[in-house]
Amino acid sequence: MGWIGETIDSIKSIQIRQLLTQAVSLGMIVTSALIIWKALMCITGSESPVVVVLSGSMEPGFKRGDILFLHMSKDPIRAGEIVVFNVDGREIPIVHRVIKVHERQDGEVDILTKGDNNYGDDRLLYAQGQLWLQRHHIMGRAVGFLPYVGWVTIIMTEKPIIKYILIGALGLLVITSKD
Amino acid sequence: MHSFGYRANALFTFAITILALVCAMASLSDSLNSPSPSAHVQVLNINWFQKQPNGNDEVSMTMNISADLQSLFTWNTKQVFVFLAAEYETPKNSLNQISLWDGIIPSKEHAKFWIHTSNKYRFIDQGRNLRGKEFNLTMHWHVMPKTGKMFADKIVMPGYRLPEEYR
Repeated sequence: MGWIGETIDSIKSIQIRQLLTQAVSLGMIVTSALIIWKALMCITGSESPVVVVLSGSMEPGFKRGDILFLHMSKDPIRAGEIVVFNVDGREIPIVHRVIKVHERQDGEVDILTKGDNNYGDDRLLYAQGQLWLQRHHIMGRAVGFLPYVGWVTIIMTEKPIIKYILIGALGLLVITSKD
Repeated sequence: MHSFGYRANALFTFAITILALVCAMASLSDSLNSPSPSAHVQVLNINWFQKQPNGNDEVSMTMNISADLQSLFTWNTKQVFVFLAAEYETPKNSLNQISLWDGIIPSKEHAKFWIHTSNKYRFIDQGRNLRGKEFNLTMHWHVMPKTGKMFADKIVMPGYRLPEEYR
């Protein structure tokens, strides 16, 4: 019967104690992943410490599928920095470069952004009639870069079937593993 | 213990660990580089200088930009993003930064350049403060690595001044 037969046999031979052990170790994996994510949130001060680039508007610097590490600090935002911002009425955050900054004496700031690969600035992307971004639109600034890794999440969101196959296979592996 | 699955898993984990280590080392090696870039900008002409109907000052100028950024490139450098910003202070704003020109330098061979250009982005103030205004031109650069940490720095060139009258 080979591999499938062995798998079925090992499912049949599961004892309650072994099942509990496996459930606990699965729980440990999930919890530690969550702990790492939350710890990153605390360290970077950003709601989402890692973002995946979804569009080609920052090419050739950032391509679709690259990963950016964000950092959110109290430091003032300056021209040239790559920021991730949320525009009112849009769900998906945008990663673009700051090209203009007007900072008032009290610390309030007006920011204009542009994608390196776009012809014009981002006023067309902002909410209707909005000329500037304010501090509260900014989710973080990009500090680090890792190529290609984000493709995993892009593929999983666009082809959910692959996600279910992957989760199913991993689950089966955990159940059938003997030690 | 010696099934195919376990061996594949061990190999995969090892490969990922080594890859992450190499990426981290590549990124760390960047900080060993101590660059010595240079930049020079000359404002050749104020093309026009006027008040917009909504009351903001706008100016258009022609510039000569020359820079040598070759020393910024290392083996982990994908590209260098360089831009020239006008920076000045007004009674209302403690800092205004307006990008006038930018460019992407893909390789070390292109990092020593000379360009004659008018401002690529509009130089508009928030208000009517530009007449006779002294401003700095600042050459900023952001080094984008193949992997790892991004670097940025700048050269400030002070002592530029806009004309006293609209033209």
